[in-house]
Amino acid sequence: MAIRLQFENNCEVGVFSKLTNAYCLVAIGGSESFYSIFESELADVIPVVKTSIGGIRIIGRQCVGNKNGLLLPHTTTDQELQHLRNSLPDSVVVQRIEERLNALGNHVACNDHVALAHPDLDRETEELIADVLGVEVFRQTIAGNILVGTYCALSNRGGMVHPHTTIEELDELSTLLQVPLVAGTVNRGSDTVAAGMTVNDWTAFCGSYTTATELSVIESVFKLREAHPSAIVDEMRKSLVDSYV
Amino acid sequence: LTFKPDHDHDQLPGSSISRRPRHRHHYGGTTSSVSSYPALFAYRLLPVADTSLKVELSTMVEDQDAGMFNVKQTIGTVLCCRCGIKMHPNAANMCVSCLRSEVDITEGLQKHVVISHCPNCDRYLQPPKNWLKAQWESKELLTFCVKRLKNLNKVTLINAAFVWTEPHSKRIKVRLTIQKEGLEKAYVVEYVQQDHLCESCSRVAANPDQWVASVQLRQHVSHRRTFFYLEQLILKHDAASKAIKIKQMHQGIDFFFGNRSHAVKFMEFLRSVVPTKSRDDKQLVSHDVKSSNYNYKYTFSVQISPVCREDLICLPRRLSSSLGNIGPLVVCTKVTNSIALLDPFTLRHCHLDSDQYWRHGFKSLMTSRQLVEYIVLNIEITSPPMEAKIGGARYLLADAEVARLSDFGLNDNIFWVRTHLGHLLNTGDHALGYDLCAANSNDSELEKYKSSLEVPEVVLIKKSYEEAWQRKRGKPRKYKLKHLEMEVEDRARVDEEKERSDYEQFQRDIEDEENPELRFNLSLYRKEYQEESEAGSMADDAAAAPLEELLADLVLLDER
Repeated sequence: MAIRLQFENNCEVGVFSKLTNAYCLVAIGGSESFYSIFESELADVIPVVKTSIGGIRIIGRQCVGNKNGLLLPHTTTDQELQHLRNSLPDSVVVQRIEERLNALGNHVACNDHVALAHPDLDRETEELIADVLGVEVFRQTIAGNILVGTYCALSNRGGMVHPHTTIEELDELSTLLQVPLVAGTVNRGSDTVAAGMTVNDWTAFCGSYTTATELSVIESVFKLREAHPSAIVDEMRKSLVDSYV
Repeated sequence: LTFKPDHDHDQLPGSSISRRPRHRHHYGGTTSSVSSYPALFAYRLLPVADTSLKVELSTMVEDQDAGMFNVKQTIGTVLCCRCGIKMHPNAANMCVSCLRSEVDITEGLQKHVVISHCPNCDRYLQPPKNWLKAQWESKELLTFCVKRLKNLNKVTLINAAFVWTEPHSKRIKVRLTIQKEGLEKAYVVEYVQQDHLCESCSRVAANPDQWVASVQLRQHVSHRRTFFYLEQLILKHDAASKAIKIKQMHQGIDFFFGNRSHAVKFMEFLRSVVPTKSRDDKQLVSHDVKSSNYNYKYTFSVQISPVCREDLICLPRRLSSSLGNIGPLVVCTKVTNSIALLDPFTLRHCHLDSDQYWRHGFKSLMTSRQLVEYIVLNIEITSPPMEAKIGGARYLLADAEVARLSDFGLNDNIFWVRTHLGHLLNTGDHALGYDLCAANSNDSELEKYKSSLEVPEVVLIKKSYEEAWQRKRGKPRKYKLKHLEMEVEDRARVDEEKERSDYEQFQRDIEDEENPELRFNLSLYRKEYQEESEAGSMADDAAAAPLEELLADLVLLDER
């Protein structure tokens, strides 16, 4: 289900939050309304953690993570690191990395299996990403933009990219990522799709300017219409039983 | 809120699902694995024509082999974020219609303007002071309306046209088509027309007798023949069209104008038709201290020379000698902007300029009022015959034996005179002339000549058509003359009888066939109805104005 909300009158939800299948990070806002929406939606399934990174609130763009781990920039303070380590489940590896390009959220787009990286990322960072997050890393550009983390919103079931992406590039990307991709917009025609929304396997949160058309496209590509947490668990259970047998 | 896209639920436009086994296999050379560093690409986007975009791929890496092929790229379709129709992505990611309804390019432009209009002279105010003359729904009005709009330089104007409005509604509507940032829009601007008298009209309305310049035309003679002639001349040349008011005064006419330049122009006209002397003056009416504007009333005093046609003049000694000793007694034959003088005894003639005349300023000895009728008893051309052709008229010197008509048959007073009318007169003709022996002239110039000059007894001037006039008396004339609208002040002083006889004399003068040049400058208009019986007798009358010279009466509809 896709939900529309605002952070302190700003529609760029993906900037102030980071949503994965295992946890959710939320920025500290003046009023609690932002946090409370996430809480009401997710609290009984995954932990929702209020934090800042390096003292700033644009946490969605600073860190990158999936259900396996979370990577933080070198600007993260020790207290924040400790707070995150405490709040997140033990299965999630929290790692602070030294990388010149420290807005990791802008440079890396990832889901639980595959990640797209900025072409200028360090080799060590790339290896760390592969290790900590447990993903395959591909250096890519999207519609000529190198900030893949901003222009690609990714979940395990689908992805949305910059509207100017050509068809050939879409084919190529979806081959790499092995998920259906669509070129679309969010927040009334804004092309920074990952900054405008945040998504996991069963929910998406978009800015309140998002039109109904855009919302329906999001719900289609990320397959949110029939998805809810238990459905995924059921699916997994089925496969588990199969393999067990 | 449900939105049903017209495609398969799972398959979205521009998306593709490939279920190839996932391994590090790339194609096309556009991506790289961990090990290889990607080449830098530059994409160049061509503007969207209609359906598909072609993206040219060019590599900028120097050490790439030249056989690199260019991948054809096609831009996919996205859904318009507002209405959901498929479109090519653009900067706003909205389809054109959504964009047009969303972005109002006429924002910030004036839609309602007030303009001032003078109902009197039908002019529109262009602030701060300029009044522009324009017809209703004309090109000039459209230009004026568009100019009155502010901020129109920020957009490009493509078309402007009037929308019909009721003329009495005092509203003007203009439909403008503007273009900005690739979008075109037509919108209507409404102009409210406020009535406001312009400065000149309000000045006229406040005081209709207000004049700025006046020309005071005077001739110090006892008759008004010159003014009748001038009146016709002015009408023919339309010289007094700008006059606000014309007033008839004693021994002259006053003309009032709204503008000093009109008065000067009128004066120039006068100077070209009569010999004049003028002076001008001005009087301060108002004075604006802040703008240093001074408003004056200008007065031009124009004096026409008192010498008229057919006058007998005694020239001052100095003037006579400077003109080549022309006999001091001369007859004035013609007055235009110069005076033509003829010595009736020697047939010598000369012209006097306006300036020359006013330097001496002599008066006539005898005027045409004092003409006496004579009958010619005998006439002999002088031998050898002396003939002169002056200004188209020919004169022949002759000796004549004349007697006053009043004396004829009563007594034996006969005069022997030398006359210049030898070409006209025959025995038995009547002539008009000046009776010098019986006259008691009080002329200072003549006094000076007392000893040296032999004053003739009679000077004949012209042939008399009195009998013909008597026959025609009572019959209405075939033509009519137009008149200037003159205000006559002080009716008591005007002698009606004298004026009528003057006018009659003037009309006879212009009918005179011997002097066609007098008619030259006038316009005679044919009378509407003519009696049949007169048509036949007209041909015999030698003194009648030939019909060809009558102008068909023009009926001008908007004559003021």
